[in-house]
Amino acid sequence: MIERQVYLDNSATTRPYPAVTRAVVEAMEEHYGNPSSLHKKGVEAGRLLSQAREAVASSLGVSPGEIVFTGGGTEAINLAIKGALPGRRGRHVVTTAVEHPAVLNALGQLKEQGVEVTVLPVDGQGVVDPLQLQEALREETYLVSVMYVNNEVGSVQPLEEIAVVLAAFRKGGRKLLWHVDAVQAYGKLPVQPGLLGVDLLSLSAHKVHGPKGVGALYVAPHTQLHTLVAGGGQEHDRRSGTENVPGIAGFGLAAAVIAGEVREAAGKIFLLKKTLVDGILAAVPGAVLNGPPCCRENPCCAPHIANLSFPGLRGEIVLHSLEERGIYVSTGSACASRKNPGSHVLKAMGVKGDLLEGAVRFSLSPLTTADEIDYAVEQTAAVVHELYALYGVRP
Amino acid sequence: MYNTYMIRYGEIGLKGKNRPAFERRLMDNINRALRKLGASRVLRVYGRILVESEAEPARVLDILSKVFGIVGVSPALRLPLDEQAICEGALATIKDAAAHVLLPAGEALTFKVEARRSNKQFPRTSPELNGLIGGYLLDNFPGLQVDVHTPRIKVRVEIREKNAFVYADDIPGVGGLPVGVSGKALLLLSGGIDSPVAGWMAMKRGIEIEAVHFYSFPFTGEKSLEKVRDLCRILTGYTARVKVHVVHFTDIQKEIQKNCPEELRVTIMRRMMFRLAARIADMREALALVTGESVGQVASQTLESMRVINQVIDIPVLRPLVGMDKLEIVGRAQSIGTYETSILPYEDCCTLFLPKHPATRPRLEQALEAEQALDIESLLAGALEKTVVEDIQQPIF
Repeated sequence: MIERQVYLDNSATTRPYPAVTRAVVEAMEEHYGNPSSLHKKGVEAGRLLSQAREAVASSLGVSPGEIVFTGGGTEAINLAIKGALPGRRGRHVVTTAVEHPAVLNALGQLKEQGVEVTVLPVDGQGVVDPLQLQEALREETYLVSVMYVNNEVGSVQPLEEIAVVLAAFRKGGRKLLWHVDAVQAYGKLPVQPGLLGVDLLSLSAHKVHGPKGVGALYVAPHTQLHTLVAGGGQEHDRRSGTENVPGIAGFGLAAAVIAGEVREAAGKIFLLKKTLVDGILAAVPGAVLNGPPCCRENPCCAPHIANLSFPGLRGEIVLHSLEERGIYVSTGSACASRKNPGSHVLKAMGVKGDLLEGAVRFSLSPLTTADEIDYAVEQTAAVVHELYALYGVRP
Repeated sequence: MYNTYMIRYGEIGLKGKNRPAFERRLMDNINRALRKLGASRVLRVYGRILVESEAEPARVLDILSKVFGIVGVSPALRLPLDEQAICEGALATIKDAAAHVLLPAGEALTFKVEARRSNKQFPRTSPELNGLIGGYLLDNFPGLQVDVHTPRIKVRVEIREKNAFVYADDIPGVGGLPVGVSGKALLLLSGGIDSPVAGWMAMKRGIEIEAVHFYSFPFTGEKSLEKVRDLCRILTGYTARVKVHVVHFTDIQKEIQKNCPEELRVTIMRRMMFRLAARIADMREALALVTGESVGQVASQTLESMRVINQVIDIPVLRPLVGMDKLEIVGRAQSIGTYETSILPYEDCCTLFLPKHPATRPRLEQALEAEQALDIESLLAGALEKTVVEDIQQPIF
């Protein structure tokens, strides 16, 4: 019997599309030239690069010249945050409490250099209040960094309202850069930085069935950005180093899929997530959904991430019990130790005690099937009931 | 620059008739340890062990420093029987040795030459050589001063049948007995700080180790198992290979959790572990168990607990850490290289089922009564049936 495998850890990483793998291999075997070389081999590689750039740009509705390829989402975020020039008066940054560690720790480094950082709280759904953002803005604020979709609980931040707030602030001629970490939103929700007035937006390829080690930063026209990696002037002099042609070619293919079918895919994934969440909540007494309630009318609910806690059970044990049945998920936070204080996201949302330790994240992708979700619901219910009995938990 | 290593092995010398067997084992172990360096030769000549290797001396010394049974190593130059070559070799050797001497300001670097001539065909006597070489060094290395009583550096010259050897440093080895001369034992390896150190100390006394690990998937994960493999990999630096028996312990833990009083769970779990380990030891012809227990550290390590746990088996249990404090154990773990891996935060099976108040002084009758609820034989058989043996080899780089 072939063991059943259901991969529901797509927010950690995804399985590359077979076409992506083929593109990467082909780029390594055939088009191994350096895009900067003047001969045919170089030109071929350069062509792959520009095709990929066009694909990524078109998936965002922007021009190819506004895309900077990087060595992953974290690097894109670092380039955005550390590269944003404060100007003459700027010394204040605003962000949220539920950002990815790439954002929070990059800002931590700025803080050491004397930049002030305001961290906005979130509500119980993990969503920030645009009015609080408005109040936090000051004359010296030069950067606002807000994520699109939270990676742990799948809350969607109100970017359109934030866009209105920031547009008003800028009206007085004040300069301010807006960075959006769209790593988890890309491929699941429409990502259109041009429409929102976003200046900097980071992406990662391996969250959307592309290869690891590739990401991109969208940089709006006329944005002044300091270069972090100096060298031969590749990527419009914003990120030097010979381009990762195979990885970027793979990214391009994944982006082409996204450009074609985001809305359709999002609708399908959302229904599967709803089946999963409703199924587990109905079958498992005491189970709690952390984050935004799962209904279509809720604009704060991302279509692909569900974070659930089972009181009295540690997330790790649920994770490994599901693993035993071929289902791969992750704990709400990457922590493995009791000493670890637990997820900063769940804490910011006010989740406490048992539920904090017990969080398990299921994350879907366009490749997830209804069959897999049914299996996951059934097995999660079975596993949790078994563990409740073993530990004497009576929810 | 060095191409030969002279190995000293003190304790072996004491073993009378066993000596040839011990030497053979030590040579085998050295050979195996050096295999990853490519062409090296291990020979026994002139009543001692010589290693010839053209590899980087620092790497050779690092590997030899982990072979149990070696008391000291002198990196040496093997030279033709030629006066000029010997003098130049002595100069190179003293320069290298001088680089490692920390000299108080204003103090001259003192030395002496100690020549031994076992090849009487060689035209110079030992005292003549001492003078000749000493003079050459004084002429060619400014700042040297002879001191025949307490020199900083002793340059030793041995004139043998075919070659001359020149060496100065004596680098202390790890000591102990060659792994394998004392038979085999089974190490209970948890993944914590203590048990790898206990295994190391047993190996130091010449004991060959196989490990047993109790794996409680899904209550612990693949990462905790990989950590155990990594610890075995570190131990292979001292013994080339470690077999680890990964015992499927989950069902036993579940049964204990379901059927036994909370405060006795740890005691009974340890009794089950000892039973399983003793059976594996029997199958593998291991003569003893080795554990990382020390007295009084945690609840299961009181003497009362040890007695109740030990009662289920009849082979010896070696507890090499029994005389050590926690800080000493940590220090040893750091020096043998297991500490950084041991403190990785993946929990092992013991911590996940830990009751809030384990009995620190369990009585045997209590344990026997609590075990009535378990079908011990079938649990043991079930766990052993699902046991997997992994052969952890030394990394090849």
